[in-house]
Amino acid sequence: MSTEPSPTLDAPADDRPQDDLTQQVYNSPKERAIKYLLGACALVSVLTTIGIAAVLVIESIPFFQNVALAEFFGDTRWTPQFANKHFGIWALLSGTVLVTVISAVVALPIGLASAIFISEYAVPWMRQILKPGLELLAGVPTVVYGYFALTFVTPLLQTFIPGLGVYNALSGGIVVGIMIIPMVASLSEDALQAVPDSLGQAAYALGATKFETVVRVDVPAAFSGIMASFILAVSRAIGETMIVTLAAGATPRMTLNPAESIQTMTAFIVQVSKGDTPQGTIVYQSIFAVGLVLFLITLVMNIIANRITLHYQERY
Amino acid sequence: MSTDNPADDARLSPASVDEPTFQNGRADGAADEDAPPVPNSKSSPSAVQPKVEIEDLDFWYDNGDTHALQGISMDIAPHQVTALIGPSGCGKSTLLRCVNRMNELIENTVLEGGIHVDGQDIYAEDTDPVMVRRRVGMVFQEPNPFPKTIYKNVAWGAEVNGYTGDMDALVERSLRQAALWDEVKDQLHSSAYNLSGGQQQRLCIARTLAVHPDVVLMDEPASALDPIATSKVEETITELKQDYTIVIVTHNMQQASRISDETAFLYMGRLVEMNPTDELFTRPEKDRTEAYVTGRFG
Ligand SMILES: Nc1ncnc2c1ncn2[C@@H]1O[C@H](COP(=O)(O)OP(=O)(O)OP(=O)(O)O)[C@@H](O)[C@H]1O
Ligand SMILES: [Mg+2]
Repeated sequence: MSTEPSPTLDAPADDRPQDDLTQQVYNSPKERAIKYLLGACALVSVLTTIGIAAVLVIESIPFFQNVALAEFFGDTRWTPQFANKHFGIWALLSGTVLVTVISAVVALPIGLASAIFISEYAVPWMRQILKPGLELLAGVPTVVYGYFALTFVTPLLQTFIPGLGVYNALSGGIVVGIMIIPMVASLSEDALQAVPDSLGQAAYALGATKFETVVRVDVPAAFSGIMASFILAVSRAIGETMIVTLAAGATPRMTLNPAESIQTMTAFIVQVSKGDTPQGTIVYQSIFAVGLVLFLITLVMNIIANRITLHYQERY
Repeated sequence: MSTDNPADDARLSPASVDEPTFQNGRADGAADEDAPPVPNSKSSPSAVQPKVEIEDLDFWYDNGDTHALQGISMDIAPHQVTALIGPSGCGKSTLLRCVNRMNELIENTVLEGGIHVDGQDIYAEDTDPVMVRRRVGMVFQEPNPFPKTIYKNVAWGAEVNGYTGDMDALVERSLRQAALWDEVKDQLHSSAYNLSGGQQQRLCIARTLAVHPDVVLMDEPASALDPIATSKVEETITELKQDYTIVIVTHNMQQASRISDETAFLYMGRLVEMNPTDELFTRPEKDRTEAYVTGRFG
């Protein structure tokens, strides 16, 4: 303890500066600069989205001058590389839908169940293993997942399904599902954690079991967050490229049979843009049309998801 | 909804639970005609079998580091309001939670001694805590309605417990018992979160009553409420004792003397004194009680 008096403590009270109340602090240049800076950052993503949409639309115009919308949406064959060219988007769209549905069937239940387990059932040491484990899974590069599908999952599936080809939608879909599990689990778990403890207490005090409490209180209360995790994950699955390029094949085909080799919209875009297709050809132009469809699907899905969320969400 | 739970009856596993929650007479009539007359003083304590008997209860938090309750023994008479008073941290909430095994949701706790409800050991090995909580309901300090409609809040517990009767009637009766019906009858299907704090608390009481417990535990149910809402909740409690046995924690001595028949004073985890309320406030047996109820404390 120093005996020397602290200068600040001993400063006379009337020494403090007399604040000028008309001084513009609230609206100072600094405050305004910060506001504009933050606004500019927020604008980056909006402008990017608008930019992408604009490029897709503009670049698709030459394609649709050559290929009628009726063919694009009416034909079921996609054969741009052949002499007899067909541009029926359904052949690619069905591949994307097939892979997305399979991956959702895998990832949504497993992801939500994992989230429920981690947030409601796991004791601390389990949580400490599971959470980093999930994050690790989320960090695996998709090319690794792709080879995992090709060299492990497909041979495994072939032992159950005789005659399954090397390239098939099932294997790709399952592995895309595995890839998005961490996203569903982690975001849903955050949503479940955010549900106030007092709601669970109320449920238990009414004679509910743990499971009833989770299913009838926690999950509904976290619904909008869980829904958001589903949408993000499914959007991710729709856009996934590497796994399906490696494991699902390069055969545009209108089918809903998961055992067949297919091609997704993303895989087609990669194939064309990495190949030696000269710019300006109709094949090259087609990737923008495909990209536009992909963009619209994601947009519509987000809108639907927003509607669902608004309709069902429980506020607390 | 209620029919998706037929297996629920399996939870009545302890065969000794002789009075399934929804088959007692109260489930279809309003007030019990045969409710025993309310004994108003302790002059004949042995005449009525206690509803809840707490015997030499000890309770620890943090794996035994915090000895929160020490050798508590008390009998709680049926159809009475029993108030628990005492300074902050003396163990009132802890004691309350022990009576419906809500304490088991807190990790690293230890309990010794016993609690009987209607003569049944609620900590016996074959007693299911879920069944205990259906018989001994609880209302919390902060109103905690579910983020659902008013109707669904009230129906929730009954639905989960496999109630197959007329749900509309049950909801109405419970809301009436909680003195909330007239205020909400036109907005049953709007969110419970649109209600005021006092209304939410009465909704939580209604929700608890809808499960038809025998005993209702209330942990400072009016502490978050303004005087008008408080007096409504107090009225409700006074009405309820015809049908239920009520244990209420309160910091408010006037409230204890207004609504309770018996009062127990806890201090540092021990029961100092339990007596009829008017006696405890006017002629306390112990000096410490007197110091506390007269406000000369510490
Ligand atoms: N969850 C818990 N974990 C550890 N210790 C706890 C826990 N809850 C209560 N305690 C301790 O147990 C003792 C009794 O607490 P309790 O909450 O029962 O007191 P109370 O009488 O209800 O107080 P208040 O009037 O402030 O609500 C206190 O010393 C408290 O610190
Ligand atoms: Mg308390």
